[in-house]
Amino acid sequence: MTQVAALDVSTIRKEFPILNQEVNGYPLVYFDNAASSQKPKSVIQALVDYYSKDHSNIHRGLHTLAERATSGYEQVRKMAQTFVNADEPEEIIFTRGTTESINLVAQAYGRKVLEEGDEIILSEMEHHSNIVPWQMVAEEKGAIIKVIPVSNFGELILEEYENLLSEKTKIVALNYISNSLGTINSVQEIIEKAHHAGAKILIDAAQAAPHLKIDVQELEADFLALSSHKMYGPTGVGILYGKRELLEYMDPYQGGGEMIKEVHFSGTTYNDIPYKFEAGTPNIADVIAFGAAIDFVERIGHDTIQTHEKELLEKAMEGLNQIEGFEPVGVAKNKASVISFNINGIHSYDLGMWLDARGIAVRTGHHCTQPLMDRMGLEGTIRASFAVYNSPEEIDSFVDSLSQIIKKFGK
Amino acid sequence: MTIDEQQKQLIAQFQLLDGDMEMALQYIMELGEELPGITDEERSDENIVKGCQSKVWLIASLENGKIQFKADSNTAITKGLVSMLVKVLNHQRPEDVLSAEIHFPEKIGMNRFIGTQRSNGFASMIKQINYYAVALSTEKSNA
Repeated sequence: MTQVAALDVSTIRKEFPILNQEVNGYPLVYFDNAASSQKPKSVIQALVDYYSKDHSNIHRGLHTLAERATSGYEQVRKMAQTFVNADEPEEIIFTRGTTESINLVAQAYGRKVLEEGDEIILSEMEHHSNIVPWQMVAEEKGAIIKVIPVSNFGELILEEYENLLSEKTKIVALNYISNSLGTINSVQEIIEKAHHAGAKILIDAAQAAPHLKIDVQELEADFLALSSHKMYGPTGVGILYGKRELLEYMDPYQGGGEMIKEVHFSGTTYNDIPYKFEAGTPNIADVIAFGAAIDFVERIGHDTIQTHEKELLEKAMEGLNQIEGFEPVGVAKNKASVISFNINGIHSYDLGMWLDARGIAVRTGHHCTQPLMDRMGLEGTIRASFAVYNSPEEIDSFVDSLSQIIKKFGK
Repeated sequence: MTIDEQQKQLIAQFQLLDGDMEMALQYIMELGEELPGITDEERSDENIVKGCQSKVWLIASLENGKIQFKADSNTAITKGLVSMLVKVLNHQRPEDVLSAEIHFPEKIGMNRFIGTQRSNGFASMIKQINYYAVALSTEKSNA
């Protein structure tokens, strides 16, 4: 077994300038990491350096700056390839984020393969961004959406999944880790079964990327989407991984510069992958800073991150379980550092506001997973989600604050 | 008290809190407690204010030419927010409600308590109050 290095949280925290501030007179406790994580200095510096020294448009220019910008941009494609262990860099497409990656597959692959009566399998715990793009293409093509149900523990009911699979299943689209509950799904097994039925599968890895090592070859994922901003990188950038033969089979998603070989009014020929899917000037600066985020995660290592976050999760659960009225939502065996819960008799919005008054940032509401909230019979939850820079002291302060706030409601 | 006097009083109360978020939330929740309750029957979809993220029920009736508001919410803080509106506009003539300039939310820095998204919900409450005022002023002139 490899030795996992212990994490020095106070040193890590120094890398995140935003954490060093007071909110409403209290030290900021940022527990909204599942929505978006904060950025280390290296990522912020990469943006400043790029615009201060290297900016130019990419791929077209001959001059020195164009060359610097292009090589910086393409270097990150290779880093992203290694990050998800893709076979080749051409299988990495830069997008605006997970949402755009999923829309790209729904439009460029879904629209091409789906016929009337074909089926798409999703799960009850998907983020809206992995539901709506499929509803749009299903409506257009007359395809049918089938849904894997979720148990009371917040786990997928895999027997039901097997029953849903048939020769009609063309696409399965599923999250790796649930953003609302933190459940880590058995994607390997799910992928294997999808392939057995002859379907292709897309994995929404937005929540997985900051927490665990992704290996698309080991998983044999057909498509995998993730966002930079959830893994310490800038907003507005993400990737779509796709197997070469699938990306080559797909038609372009958007037209414009970059994505063409030759344009004539008599006809246009498209560029090769990945450029075929990157129309227009891309988000060069943020892609380059995304490279710094990949560096950051790899420097600390997923094993170390996971060990630290697991400790935070266990400590938080221990503390919260002492609070009367604490009702956890989603208690899967295999969980990332996300706790969704309610306090009996108090609305999540009220608690969210009071926590904010004490400098503690959590998320309240349906977390863009309304079907899951419907399934659980809830309007919403409070979600505390932890990242590498969160400390055990912050967990204490969160649990203490919550106990004190609850008293204000006469509980 | 006139609507403006009510607003002045509310603004003065918030000034005493000196921008302390926790004290402000506490005060807002206390204001919510002061709202007269509504019946289960009145807690119907028909009385829900559309456009609010939390559930807000708002009812108005005319008594001696003046509007009586009743309201409730499923969250304590929102209940406090709607309570402020009711406090300011209750027992006033419909025409005065319609011509009132509601400036206290800005003066007490309400966006801090409700966020930008929720200020749309607050605007919906004011809109609903105006609908009631229009309807009740017609009722009054027909009486």
